[in-house]
Amino acid sequence: MEITPEKQREMLRLMQTIRRFEERASDDYVAGDIHGVVHCYIGEEAVAVGVCSALEREDRIISTHRGHGHCVAKGADLNRMMAELYGRETGYCKGKGGSMHIADFNIGMLGANGIVCGGLSIITGAGLAAQMEGKGGVAVCFFGDGASSAGPFHEAMNIAANWKLPVLYVVENNLWAMDTSAAEAVSVADIATRAAGYGIPGVIVDGNDVLEVHRVASEAVARARAGEGPTLIECKTYRHRRHTERPTQSDARPPEEIAAWMKKDPIDRLVAHLQGQQGQLNEAEWGAMNDEIMNEVERAVEFAKASAFPKPEAALDDVFAD
Amino acid sequence: MVTMSYAEAGKQALADEMRRDPLVWAVGEDLGRGGVFGQYKGLVEEFGPDRISDAPISEAAIMGASVGAAMAGTRPVVEMRFADFALCAVDELVNQAAKARYMLGGQTKVPMVIREPMGMWRSSAAQHSQSLESWYTHIPGLTVAAPSTPADNFGLLKSAIRADDPVVYFEHKNLWGLEGEVDEAADPIPFGKARIEREGADITIVAWSAMVHFAREAVNTLAEEGISAELIDLRSLWPWDKDAVLASVGKTGRLIVTHESVSVGGFGAEIAATVSEALFGKLKAPVKRLAAPRIPISYAPPLEDEVRVSPARIAETARAMVSQ
Ligand SMILES: Cc1ncc(C[n+]2csc(CCOP(=O)(O)OP(=O)(O)O)c2C)c(N)n1
Repeated sequence: MEITPEKQREMLRLMQTIRRFEERASDDYVAGDIHGVVHCYIGEEAVAVGVCSALEREDRIISTHRGHGHCVAKGADLNRMMAELYGRETGYCKGKGGSMHIADFNIGMLGANGIVCGGLSIITGAGLAAQMEGKGGVAVCFFGDGASSAGPFHEAMNIAANWKLPVLYVVENNLWAMDTSAAEAVSVADIATRAAGYGIPGVIVDGNDVLEVHRVASEAVARARAGEGPTLIECKTYRHRRHTERPTQSDARPPEEIAAWMKKDPIDRLVAHLQGQQGQLNEAEWGAMNDEIMNEVERAVEFAKASAFPKPEAALDDVFAD
Repeated sequence: MVTMSYAEAGKQALADEMRRDPLVWAVGEDLGRGGVFGQYKGLVEEFGPDRISDAPISEAAIMGASVGAAMAGTRPVVEMRFADFALCAVDELVNQAAKARYMLGGQTKVPMVIREPMGMWRSSAAQHSQSLESWYTHIPGLTVAAPSTPADNFGLLKSAIRADDPVVYFEHKNLWGLEGEVDEAADPIPFGKARIEREGADITIVAWSAMVHFAREAVNTLAEEGISAELIDLRSLWPWDKDAVLASVGKTGRLIVTHESVSVGGFGAEIAATVSEALFGKLKAPVKRLAAPRIPISYAPPLEDEVRVSPARIAETARAMVSQ
């Protein structure tokens, strides 16, 4: 399947938007303007963008504690994302959720999640609903290698396989769950091989190659829409930063390993691809795209800062239906 | 006496018990790297990875395997990292650990400690802030403790490790860095023994965990105004020191119970009911509970503050009760 140069440039724009948004979020977190905790997706942008660019707006996704990338890739508004990080009433969750809980139900983004493996069962239900609707909708769960050790992963895969649900289980294997390596914690070298235990396809893909991720996801989406059931997709990738942006955050990863993965940067790769064989992006265009993204991020920060904090009484809203 | 932090006191207590009893071991995520809050730092170097055991993100299996290992004769200390994540393993704790001794006719015991860091920790939002100690007081078979100081963390964790039944052990995330004097040679602190943090004559305030520190601030303010408040740190919620509370309220005739967890169905209700049953005629004012409204905890600071009970509110409530 041909991915047009326009579509590739759009993928690049989304990946770079995730990166710039998070660089700014990290700065503002360290400066004390953003609270709680921030987990950056930088380095893994090709996964969210490669998968979400294979979806329609009506398709649903669910995310993890590291959720900004999935939001941006599905089409979330940077202003409302940044406002949520700033804890303002204009944020996606009216300031109630913060970084770990951004959701946008208008674009089928069912939320980041503070509980590791929290999304697996929920997305399975969204897949079931899509099957009941009968309009060919698809549901996608993003989760980490760490989450693949938790019980709900196994329960969800078995149910989805049995019921032939239209679900993509996308594991972002960045080799580490906080300070625990997948080599120590996961019983198999390739998480995708676990699919065999549930009788569904398991696919391994270079998670830093957005075009490959897109291709694999598109195939799985086609199977799901055709009623052929779920797919487990393992994206091999790496986070460029420590587990969180907390200045005291530990990092157990070997420096050589980090350095080696930095060279496989997914954005650099797509830029080189577009500039190289295809000649589809000259320096000036790339510079202009980047400037535009920087402006968009700056505007999001201005929007957030100009927004009010929620009023204390708002703490009592949204507990139940009115 | 040495000065150490609440986190160091917990670590020291665990290390002492591991030296004393080779059957004691700990398990959880990232323990070998010192634990998320550094409360296991250095332990793997002394005890090795078999006894300071790193587990995958598999709370249910960590808890369940510890139940089995406890039945088989070892003494696991289970680290759940945040009380919120322990919810992924409640079945293993409530349906299995809590009931095994009784349901199996006394043939087995489940000597394990479940460490659950609890409470609000600035802007951690609804899934990383909960105080759920009251839930566990409701479950027959479980012991529940919630220390507020380094010395209590030291002494109570030792008791928890030596106990022959499951102990749900709540350490407060905002207290890890709190420093205090600890007598390293002291005996373990028995469960069910409250600590009278401050003696007073006019009103009794009962608290536990981090709320003790807020209550102390209130007591100091009240003292400046000539109101003498007695502050009781319950330390363990099951068993709880009924005698100390009844003796105190018998003397003052007034009671405030304050906790960070939700007021509705909270352990404060149990204390209030017990006091009303025993001391109805002696009360000079209705018993008052100061605790969180029944809403999830928000991220934005102004919303998060809505669920906090402030020292000012405790003082104001006490003032009104005393002048009644
Ligand atoms: C049930 C549960 N257990 C533990 C945690 C603490 N925790 C947050 S993120 C994380 C690591 C997750 O690793 P992985 O799933 O691989 O995702 P990654 O952070 O690598 O994106 C852990 C242990 C949690 N949030 N929820």
